[in-house]
Amino acid sequence: MMLRRDKKDEEDGGGNPYQNLDRSVVLQEARVFNATPINPRKCCHILTKIMYIINQGESIGTTEATETFFAMTKLFQSNDVMLRRMVYLMIKEMANLAEDVIIVTSSLTKDMTGKEDLYRAAAIRSLCKITDSSMLQGIERYMKQAIVDKVSGVSSAALCSSLHLLKQSPEVVKRWVNEVQEAASNDNVMVQYHALGLLYHIRKQDRLAASKMVSKYTRGGLKSPYATCLLIRIAAKLIADEDAGHDSPLFDFIENCLRHKSEMVIYEAASAIVNMKNTTSRELNPAVSVLQLFLSSPKPTLRFAATKTLNKVAMTHPAAVTACNLDLENLITDVNRSIATLAITTLLKTGSESSVDRLMKQIGTFMSEISDEFKVVVVSAVRSLCSKFPRKHSVMMSFLSNMLRDEGGFEYKRAIVDSLIAIIEENPESKETGLSHLCEFIEDCEHTSLATRILHLIGREGPRSPNPAKYIRFIYNRVILENAAIRAAAVSSLAKFGAHCEELLPSIVVLLERSLLDSDDEVRDRATFYLSVLKHSQKALNSAYILNGLSVSIAGLERALHHYTLSPSETPFDMKTVPIETQPLTEQKPVSDIAPLMATKPEKLAPPTQDIYADQLRAIPEIADLGALFKSSVKPSELTESETEYMVRCIKHTFPEHIVFQFDCTNTLNDQQLENVTVQMESAEGFEVQHYIPAPVLKYNQPGITYTVVQMPEDTSDVSSAFSNTLKFTVKDCDPNTGEPDDDGYEDEYVLEDIEIALSDHMQRVLKPNFMASWEEVGDENETEETYGLASKSLEEAIKDIVSFLGMQPCERSDKVSEGKSSHTLYLAGVFRGGHDTLVRARLALQDTITMHITVRSSDSGVSELIASSVG
Amino acid sequence: MKMDSSSELASLYTVKAVAILDNDGERLLAKYYDDTFSTAKEQKAFEKNLFNKTHRANAEIIMLEGMTIVYRSNVDLLFYVVGSASENELILVSVLNCLYDSVSQILRKNVEKKALFDHLDSIILALDEIIDEGIILEADPIAVAQRVSLRGDDVPISEQTMSQVLQSAKDQLKWSLLK
Repeated sequence: MMLRRDKKDEEDGGGNPYQNLDRSVVLQEARVFNATPINPRKCCHILTKIMYIINQGESIGTTEATETFFAMTKLFQSNDVMLRRMVYLMIKEMANLAEDVIIVTSSLTKDMTGKEDLYRAAAIRSLCKITDSSMLQGIERYMKQAIVDKVSGVSSAALCSSLHLLKQSPEVVKRWVNEVQEAASNDNVMVQYHALGLLYHIRKQDRLAASKMVSKYTRGGLKSPYATCLLIRIAAKLIADEDAGHDSPLFDFIENCLRHKSEMVIYEAASAIVNMKNTTSRELNPAVSVLQLFLSSPKPTLRFAATKTLNKVAMTHPAAVTACNLDLENLITDVNRSIATLAITTLLKTGSESSVDRLMKQIGTFMSEISDEFKVVVVSAVRSLCSKFPRKHSVMMSFLSNMLRDEGGFEYKRAIVDSLIAIIEENPESKETGLSHLCEFIEDCEHTSLATRILHLIGREGPRSPNPAKYIRFIYNRVILENAAIRAAAVSSLAKFGAHCEELLPSIVVLLERSLLDSDDEVRDRATFYLSVLKHSQKALNSAYILNGLSVSIAGLERALHHYTLSPSETPFDMKTVPIETQPLTEQKPVSDIAPLMATKPEKLAPPTQDIYADQLRAIPEIADLGALFKSSVKPSELTESETEYMVRCIKHTFPEHIVFQFDCTNTLNDQQLENVTVQMESAEGFEVQHYIPAPVLKYNQPGITYTVVQMPEDTSDVSSAFSNTLKFTVKDCDPNTGEPDDDGYEDEYVLEDIEIALSDHMQRVLKPNFMASWEEVGDENETEETYGLASKSLEEAIKDIVSFLGMQPCERSDKVSEGKSSHTLYLAGVFRGGHDTLVRARLALQDTITMHITVRSSDSGVSELIASSVG
Repeated sequence: MKMDSSSELASLYTVKAVAILDNDGERLLAKYYDDTFSTAKEQKAFEKNLFNKTHRANAEIIMLEGMTIVYRSNVDLLFYVVGSASENELILVSVLNCLYDSVSQILRKNVEKKALFDHLDSIILALDEIIDEGIILEADPIAVAQRVSLRGDDVPISEQTMSQVLQSAKDQLKWSLLK
C-alpha cells in the first residue's frame, strides 16, 4: 500500500515536498541567512519550511528559536519584497518563541515610516506584536500617523494592531481617539469597520460616550456591511443595558437594517431582534419575515442561519413562527442534515398536538443519518414537547426508548436518559412506563454512570409504585452481572425497597445477604450496613439511614472531619457542625434546543459558593471563632441604586449565634480613593453589633469587602429585625489618571438602603427524597398546628409565598399544583439554625380565599412553635 | 452556560481558526487565534473530527463542539473557517470565500494540493492579510492578492512559460482596472 502510494505520488509529481522535514536540519539551513550576497529565493524557501514546521505544531525550543531569529535579522539587508514580507511574518511567529525579539524594533520602525506601502502595513503589525507598554510610547507618534494614513491597508493594520494593544496598554491607545475617529469616516469599508470597533472598545466603559457614538453612526455614514453588523451589535447591547423600549431610536435603526441591501446585515439585524428580551410578536414579525425568505435561499449557510434563528424564536414565541411552517417542512429533506434537524425541532415547537405523530415518524426516518450532536438536539426537542403535550407521553416515551436501543455515544445516551427521567418527574402518569423502559435499558447498558443513576432513580421511585416487586428482578440482575460501582448502586437500591415495603423485607434480606461475600469492599460494606439497619425494623432508622440519607455537604464534612482530627478531643464529632448541602434553586427557564451544540467543553465544576464564602470568612480572625457557617444568602441584595457614586451589595452569612453581613463595595468615582470603609448598622434591641471589619482601601473600580458582625438575641423566638445602614469612610482625592491619592483626607458617610433579617435567614433548605419517611422519623413529639387565612389569590401564589417566607425546600414536587385543583398539600423540609431538622406540612384549600392548615414537626419544640406562629 | 453575551458579541475577534486540509484530513495550513484548542494535540483531534464529519457531505456549514464551521472543498483541498456558535454565519462565509478566492487567484484557478505547495509562501502571506489574530483584516480577495506580491512577478521572464506571462499580464491589467 505504502509503495503504491509513493509511486502514485511520483507519477503526478505531487506529494508533499514539506513532508518529513526535520526540525533541526531545517534550522541548520537557516545559516544560509548569514551568507552574502543574500539569495532571496533560497532564504524565502527556508523561511517557508520553518513556518510549515511551526504550523504543524512542532515545538521549537527557546535557544533554537532565538538563534534562528538572530540569523534572520540579517535578511533586512535584502530589498526583495517577498523575502521582507516573509521576515515580517516570521517575526510575528517567533515573537513568543524567541528571546530579545525587540532588537528588530528599529528596522521595523524604519519600514513602517518608509515609502514602500507593501512594507508599511506589515511592518506595523509585526512591530506591535513585539512591542510592550514602555516601548509603545516611542512609536506612538508613528501609530497616530498610520491610523489616518491615506493607504487603507496601512490604516487598517494600525487600527487592528491598536485593538490588540488595547488589552495591554489601554491608557496609551486611548490617547489616539481623535485619529481613530477620523479614520472612521474613511471611505474604505475595512478601515471603517476597524475604526468603529476600536472607537467602541475605547469608549465602552463610558456609557454616555458610547451611546453618543452609536447614535451618530446610526444616522448614516457607514458603507461597510461589517461595520453595520458591528453597530447593530453595539446598539442591541445598549438597548439591553439601558432597558430601552422598542420605541428607542436604536431599535428603529436595527429594524431599518432589515431592509439593508447586504444579506449579512439583514441577518444580523434579524437575529439581534430575536435575541432581545421582552420582544412582542409585533416587533418579531418583520424579523421573522426576512428569515422566512432566507429559508428558501439556494445558499446552505443562509438556510442554516435562518432555521437556527427561527428555532430560537419558536422557543419563546411559537405562534410567530407558524407562518414559516410550510417552508420549514420543505427543509426536512434538506441535504444538509444540520438544517433538516433544526427545521424539525422548530416544527415540533410550533406544531399542534395533532401533527406530533406525523413529525415523530419523519424524524425516525433520518435519525440514523445524523451525527450524535444533532441527535441530542432532537432528544431535547422531544423532551420539551412532552411537557407541552403531556397526553402524548406514551408516543414520546417509546420513541425515546427506541433511540436508547440504537447505536450512539455516551452524550447521546445520557441526553435520552435525562429526558426520560425528566418526563417521569414531571408527569406522574408516565412513571410506570418510564421506569420499565429504563429497567430494560440497564439490562444492556455499557455506561456505568448511567446505570448507577437509573438504579438510584428506581430505588427512589420503585418502592412507592403500585407493584414494587417487579423491579427487584432487574436490580438483582445487576448485582449478579455488573462491575463493582453498579453492584454497589444496586445494593443501595434494593435496601430502599426493603426499608419502604415491609412485605418485601424478608426477600430483600436474603438478597442482600448474598452480597456480604462480594469481592468489592464498597459493595460488601453497603450490604452489611443496610442489613443491620433493616434488621432493626424501625421506621425512624430506615428513614434516616436508608431512604433519606445525609443532607450535609460532602466537602464540608470532609473539612470538618479533618479539622476534628487535627485537635484531639474527648467530645464526639458533632454532625450538626457540618454545613448542610445547599439545594440549587430550581428555576424554570427555557433552555435552547441547540444549547448542546452551542455549549463548549463542560465547564469546570465550581465549588458551591457557600464553600467559597466559608473559606473566605474563616480567614478573618474575628469571624473564625463564631463557629461553622450555617447559611449564606443566595442572592446579594443591592443597597444602592445602580449608577451611583458608590455601589454596595450585601450578603448575609448566618452562624450559630451571629449574623455576618458582608458588604461588597465598589467606588465608581475615579477622582477619589476611600479608606477605612465600614458599614454602621443600627437596629431594634436584641441584635448587637460586635465588630466592624473595615475594607482598608477602596480604589476606583476595584471592589472591596467590609464585614459587620452582629450577635443575635438569646431568645430564639426573636428572629426578624430591620437594620438601617450607613457607609462610613475617609475620602482622599486622587488624580484620575495615575490613581495617586492626596495625603489628606476627610471623613464622610453615605446612607444605604435597609436590610431585613427574616425567618428564612435562619433556615437552610434540605431535600428529603422520601418525605413521609422523614415525617415519621421526626415524630409528633414537638408537633404544632395552626390554621390561617392567606391573602394570596391562587394556590400557586400561596405556595410561592410560603416557600420564600420559610426558606424551606419543597419535597416530592409538591410545589407544583395540578391544574383546576382546589386543594393541595405542600411538603417542606429544612434545618433551622442550630441544626434542628424541621418539616412542614401545609394543607391549602381554595374557596374564595385560601385557608391553610399548617403542621410543623421539628426536633425542637421552640422551633416548631416559632415556625407555626410566624406564618400569616 | 452563558448565552450569547453581548459584550462578547461586540468583539471584532470573529475568527477562532482557519484550516486548509488535504483529502486525507492532513493539515496543510492551520491557524488558531484563541485558546479554544490550546495544544497541538487538541487542534489535530479537532481537525480529525471536523474532517470526518465534512469530507463526504458537501454541505458548507456544520456545528461542531460548540462552534460554527463553514467550509468549502475543491479537488483535494478542504478550506475551513471556524467561529463561535453565536457568530453571524454569513460573516464567516465571507471570510471563507475571501480565503478561497485569494488562493484561487494566487494559484491561477488551479486550486489543488500540488499547486498550493508550490506557492505555500504566498498562501501563508495571503492568510495573514485576511485575518489578523482573529480580526477580519481584509475580506476582498482582489485586495488580498494585490498585497501579496506574487512570486511569479519576481521570476525573470525567461524562466516563465509564455502562458504564465500572459496570465500575469492579464491579472495585472485586471487589477489596475479594478483599483
